[in-house]
Amino acid sequence: MLNRVDDYIFEVPVGHQKGMLVPGRIFISEKLLAQVEPGTIDQVANVATLPGIVNYSMAMPDAHLGYGFPIGGVAAFREDGGVISPGGVGFDINCGVRMLRTDLRADEVAPMISNLVEDLFHDIPSGVGAKGRLRVSEHELDEAFTRGAAWAVEAGFGVPEDLEHCEENGQLQGAKSDQVSLKARKRGRPQLGTLGSGNHFLEIQRVDRIFDERLAEQFGLFEGQVTVMIHCGSRGAGHQICTDHLQVLSKAVRKYGIELPDKQLACAPLGTPEADSYFGAMAAAANYAWANRQIISAWTREVFERYFADARLDLVYDVAHNVAKVEEHSVDGSKERLYVHRKGATRAFGPGRPEIPAAYREVGQPVLIPGSMGTPSYVLCGSRGAMRLTFGSACHGAGRIMSRTQAKKTYAGTEVRDGLTRRGIKVMATSPKMLAEEAPEVYKPSDEVVDVVHHLDIARKVARVVPLGVSKG
Amino acid sequence: MIYIKMKPFEYLEHTADVKFRARGRSLEEVFENAALAMLGAMIDPSTVRLDETWTVETESESLEDLLYRWLSEILYLFEVELAVFSKFEVALEESEAGWRLSGRIGGERVDPKRHLFETEVKAVTLHQFEIKREAVEEGDDIWTAQVVLDV
Repeated sequence: MLNRVDDYIFEVPVGHQKGMLVPGRIFISEKLLAQVEPGTIDQVANVATLPGIVNYSMAMPDAHLGYGFPIGGVAAFREDGGVISPGGVGFDINCGVRMLRTDLRADEVAPMISNLVEDLFHDIPSGVGAKGRLRVSEHELDEAFTRGAAWAVEAGFGVPEDLEHCEENGQLQGAKSDQVSLKARKRGRPQLGTLGSGNHFLEIQRVDRIFDERLAEQFGLFEGQVTVMIHCGSRGAGHQICTDHLQVLSKAVRKYGIELPDKQLACAPLGTPEADSYFGAMAAAANYAWANRQIISAWTREVFERYFADARLDLVYDVAHNVAKVEEHSVDGSKERLYVHRKGATRAFGPGRPEIPAAYREVGQPVLIPGSMGTPSYVLCGSRGAMRLTFGSACHGAGRIMSRTQAKKTYAGTEVRDGLTRRGIKVMATSPKMLAEEAPEVYKPSDEVVDVVHHLDIARKVARVVPLGVSKG
Repeated sequence: MIYIKMKPFEYLEHTADVKFRARGRSLEEVFENAALAMLGAMIDPSTVRLDETWTVETESESLEDLLYRWLSEILYLFEVELAVFSKFEVALEESEAGWRLSGRIGGERVDPKRHLFETEVKAVTLHQFEIKREAVEEGDDIWTAQVVLDV
């Protein structure tokens, strides 16, 4: 049973699961909570058993069943006595979202939308096992692992200002490419500059609603404006890095005598060689993902310039939603360095944090919440509630409510595409079957999810964007 | 000998990922059927021709870790070889380190015209991962393996 703490905060009491060190907290409305499976709540409780966890094992309003942490799970661990776990990051390390704002209006772009989507689909490889257009050397791959988007910009993909508008400047410190296995390198090398498949996408959008004029202006957004959203991650490199280290950390669990309710929560105490090795490799994968999104952005700009010679596509922001990072937070009134794990959750730092780019620092960082295919996405602004309640974290998306198998039984991919076409949304995908899996109806409505974080002052609503065209794997 | 009807594998309900239970009358068979279940989540096996053979050699101190390695190795091959598979033959032996596996995998290179993917399997998770022996009738045990795939 959950205890209600507030209209939008529900507590999973210690005792829900054996070995819980702290309670769980789910930030959610009653209505959305009714759709959360019991397994998801158990996963929140499982995380609460990990050594060194601070305050609460948390879940965002888009929480749903994952492996290890729930999707939408957030937990912070003390540097002294805490752990790091790939179960709190996931296989797609630094899966994330970036948004580019154009200086174009939707009515100018509409006549060209088919051409744009076709070119994006053609120029930016996507789909299962897709190989990129790039042939990077082993040395360049090392650079991508250690320097992320900063390397990509130096290699000619984008401009230095892009880095300023990336979480961690697109380069997570502490990456160790020597902790990346040969297998991960072999998977990663041909895939740099690819979108991938599943829920990953590249979308051309229109700003259809502004909730907060002042914040929208700060982020350079206006009604009717065309934006581009890129959602992808570290591809096979990240998957392999997680797979490799999960095996190492499973051994570490026995070595250090940690008791776990779920093997996917394999972890190691911070400061041990196993923890250092995983952190270095995880950071390398995060950097690969930032390089990947940076390269894809450069190609997106090329496509737009083909049709709109003077078009400017500036990066609004780039956020990671599967990552573990060292951050300073206030715990019981004093500042502490914590290892914050976000698994399907977005950093949402409020005003004044030094990590936020100068242009946004006085208001808070942009928080990008992608919708599912065909549904609106949201731009929010990190706020004070996040610093107080969630170690500066917000939701990351809509949250699945229907399984993939069920989705395929219910919808045909071609119908899904026709439905979107009727609504004027141009969709291109490598596999029609995968469209069915990602049908708009299989996700919770993202407006309800976003309303929860807005009410809790975790992140404030700035703008809503709707799709004009989508390229998918 | 009693003949027991046995489904080689079945998919279980899971909201975000793919979960399956594979069975086998021997350890080798449950390893083979788990691989079939994993590939079956990605692609219709009847579209895969047996043009080429790949081999996998791995070892581990535990059966559970061995199964994890075997399935992860197949995903690795899929991605670096850009190949899909529909036939798996596994030989197991107890070794000094614990267990040694030799696998032969039949399949072909991906042909985007013929191979339509159902979903992309990103990785094998350890969530609810188990391999165990179940007594069905006296002296006639079966092995089952439960796996959640990240898709």
